[in-house]
Amino acid sequence: MDRLELKKMALNVRKGIVDSIYSAKAGHPGGSLSAADLFTYLYFKELNVDPKHPKMESRDRFVLSKGHTAPGLYAALAYRGFFPVEDLVTLRHVGSYLQGHPDMKCVPGVDMSTGSLGQGLSAAVGMALAGKMDGKEYRVYALCGDGEIQEGQIWEASMFAGHRKLDNLVVIVDHNKLQIDGKVEEVCSPYPIAQKFQAFNFHTITIDGHNFDEIEAAFKEARETKGMPTAIIANTLKGKGVSFMEDIAEWHGKAPKKEEYEVAVEDLRKEGEALCR
Amino acid sequence: MPISRKLEELPKIATREGYGQTLVELGKENENIVVLDADLAAATKTNMFAKAFPDRHINCGIAEANMAGIAAGLAASGKVPFISSFAMFVSGRAYEQIRNSIGYPGLNVKIGASHAGISVGEDGATHQCNEDIALMRSIPGMMIINPSDNIEAQAAVRAAYAHKGPVYMRFGRLAVPVFNDREDYKFELGKGIILREGKDVTVFATGLCVVEALYACDMLAKDGIDVELINIHTIKPLDEALVVSSAAKTGRVFTVEEHSIIGGLGSAVSETLSENCPTKVTRLGMRDVYGVSGPAVELLHKFELDAEGIYHQIKETLKND
Repeated sequence: MDRLELKKMALNVRKGIVDSIYSAKAGHPGGSLSAADLFTYLYFKELNVDPKHPKMESRDRFVLSKGHTAPGLYAALAYRGFFPVEDLVTLRHVGSYLQGHPDMKCVPGVDMSTGSLGQGLSAAVGMALAGKMDGKEYRVYALCGDGEIQEGQIWEASMFAGHRKLDNLVVIVDHNKLQIDGKVEEVCSPYPIAQKFQAFNFHTITIDGHNFDEIEAAFKEARETKGMPTAIIANTLKGKGVSFMEDIAEWHGKAPKKEEYEVAVEDLRKEGEALCR
Repeated sequence: MPISRKLEELPKIATREGYGQTLVELGKENENIVVLDADLAAATKTNMFAKAFPDRHINCGIAEANMAGIAAGLAASGKVPFISSFAMFVSGRAYEQIRNSIGYPGLNVKIGASHAGISVGEDGATHQCNEDIALMRSIPGMMIINPSDNIEAQAAVRAAYAHKGPVYMRFGRLAVPVFNDREDYKFELGKGIILREGKDVTVFATGLCVVEALYACDMLAKDGIDVELINIHTIKPLDEALVVSSAAKTGRVFTVEEHSIIGGLGSAVSETLSENCPTKVTRLGMRDVYGVSGPAVELLHKFELDAEGIYHQIKETLKND
């Protein structure tokens, strides 16, 4: 998949996010959109996964530690072929397998049930440890929020991962600078982020989380980094791709109304047109 | 006070010893077993496993929440992790991790909680967990086993391994009489054991209180009170059929546990009887209070959970019926 195709796929993922949250009348668009390029790159370039065999033992694992951005994960999984794209609009509906937060028991391709912030990274560390114990080649990726890293368990898990030199583990921080109550630096500053991970014996890479060249280079560098886990600090824009949601904390966790939804769809359509030119 | 000499002569071993020993035995047979600790391997007796299988022992440091999460990840990757700490820290500190990262996805993680109840002794209230059964009972799909002696503890660990899904096992620090060392002893998950048949009252006991209740029954028998004593080692799922049938037979029920009277065995039995066979139930246990520092045996006496205390409480309560 070349750059243009990746960009088009990321637009599909963003459309899936907007459609599913609009249909659910609830959900978290801001952080789903900020991580949309990361989800896209992971599922279409980076991860060794097989939609026909979602439990394949040799697969790379992905843990969405910031589980509230499930709409982004679901859209990427659907477009990658794990389940029908049409099912995305059943998000959060009674009877749907697409729960508000990822449920590994019923969503093909979901490797860990998450949602309570801070917990997913520990599970990812356990998966990476199991891989090391068994001499397996698979790699483990965990996506955290920049607000989520206020949770102490993130640092318990990081201390352990650094101590155990889990170089098969990549932690990605979706650094969109906003959490529900406002700017992360005003609510409870997590800064400096990269230096914190370095202090926990991680290799760190800071990138533009919307630039596929930088994303690709960072994952390559992570694979080549031996003897320590890698943390990728991805600078992103919350709500990226939907004009009125961009960089607005309020869009952390609410669904667009009909008129807003139409604007969002139009934004994404125009972006798609621009890509085709 | 007349106590059977035979019971007095029984050897005493803490149930946590059975946990440690059985893990080593199971570890020899099963490569997929891994044991996790939070800097308490010596106290939880998992240091035996660490010595036998250093590559499969994972010390997480003093970070119980992370330990529970790592176990979830290991279980999702095909391992059968046993996580170990004091009951207070593993059920209390890591409650939400157990609920959301282990219970909700139904991952095959076993929780070995030692130093439960007031028999922790001298360390005092911060380390004496009398609320763990209540916490764990509320998690859907969680199985809870509270063995009464070392023999039962060993059987519990094997049964927990054989069961697919999360299991909470409760062990003690105090060496307690080994009374299940007999040929006809049989451990079945979810099945209570009738230790003594009687017609006047039923006593449902669990953990180290079972053997104390056994002594108490002898004393009550001498007073002409014929007690049916049932060992409830599996608190969840509860042996409801046995609870109901015995209550229907005797018409009067006591529960005895080294745990709060809120949320533990007493609650489980009361809930079952309220719905199926309304019977007067008196719950003996920690009466909504914290423990204190002191030697374990003295604390069991102070809080009336030793044989004498159980005897006294049942005798006095029945007088007022």
